[in-house]
Amino acid sequence: MNVQDIQRILRADLLCGEEHLGREVQTACGSDMMSDVLAYVKEQSVLLTGLVNPQVIRTAEMMDMVCIVFVRGKRPNEDMIELAKERSIVVMSTKFRMFTACGLLYEGGLKGGCKV
Amino acid sequence: MHYVVPPDDFTRAGEASSAVKKTLKQIGMNPDVIRRVAIAMYEGEINMVIHAHGGEITVDVAPDRVDMVLADEGPGIADIERAMQAGYSTAPEEVRNLGFGAGMGLPNMKKYTDEMTVESTLGVGTTVRMSVFNHAG
Repeated sequence: MNVQDIQRILRADLLCGEEHLGREVQTACGSDMMSDVLAYVKEQSVLLTGLVNPQVIRTAEMMDMVCIVFVRGKRPNEDMIELAKERSIVVMSTKFRMFTACGLLYEGGLKGGCKV
Repeated sequence: MHYVVPPDDFTRAGEASSAVKKTLKQIGMNPDVIRRVAIAMYEGEINMVIHAHGGEITVDVAPDRVDMVLADEGPGIADIERAMQAGYSTAPEEVRNLGFGAGMGLPNMKKYTDEMTVESTLGVGTTVRMSVFNHAG
């Protein structure tokens, strides 16, 4: 799956990073707790979250993530989008809620990447 | 490299870690080392902002290791052993609403580094020393 597939599956609005839509993604992580995201480092490439603040972008940056999806129609402000642009991170917003967004991506072939 | 982490400015927390990450990339450090340094330092930086009104971070880079010293003059940690346990947090509700305060900060820092020591005196401050070794280098 690539980033463009995520946008299509989630019918998401692309907020920045159009030039990176072809990047491949293998795994995703859905959480509103950034500490939990940081605890499981295994090559997560997509972050789904309902949390909106600059530390979401920072967390994705530290984890080398490719794409952030804001769920429940949430939208980051201009400063956050600017921060993501500088870090070559794709940002999009979907109207789906967290559970549904994760489910749709999982169904589409994206995995969690964390072993239980 | 030396950084001052400004007090109580949650928006800017992470700037120092971001700068270190960028520098390590530029000098061609092993990507695994870069990520471990970035995450550990970022957690430390967030801790400084939410618990200690900022502080100072010094980073020394050698081909085979990265050493970080995070020093603050905050309230100190009453029980370091408990603070090291995953899930234990003294962070207030507003910090949890920002996506942190899950009690994973210090455990994550320990997990991603090869060496870590925490010295803390109540009312004086806390110093965290962390090292990440470049096993590939």
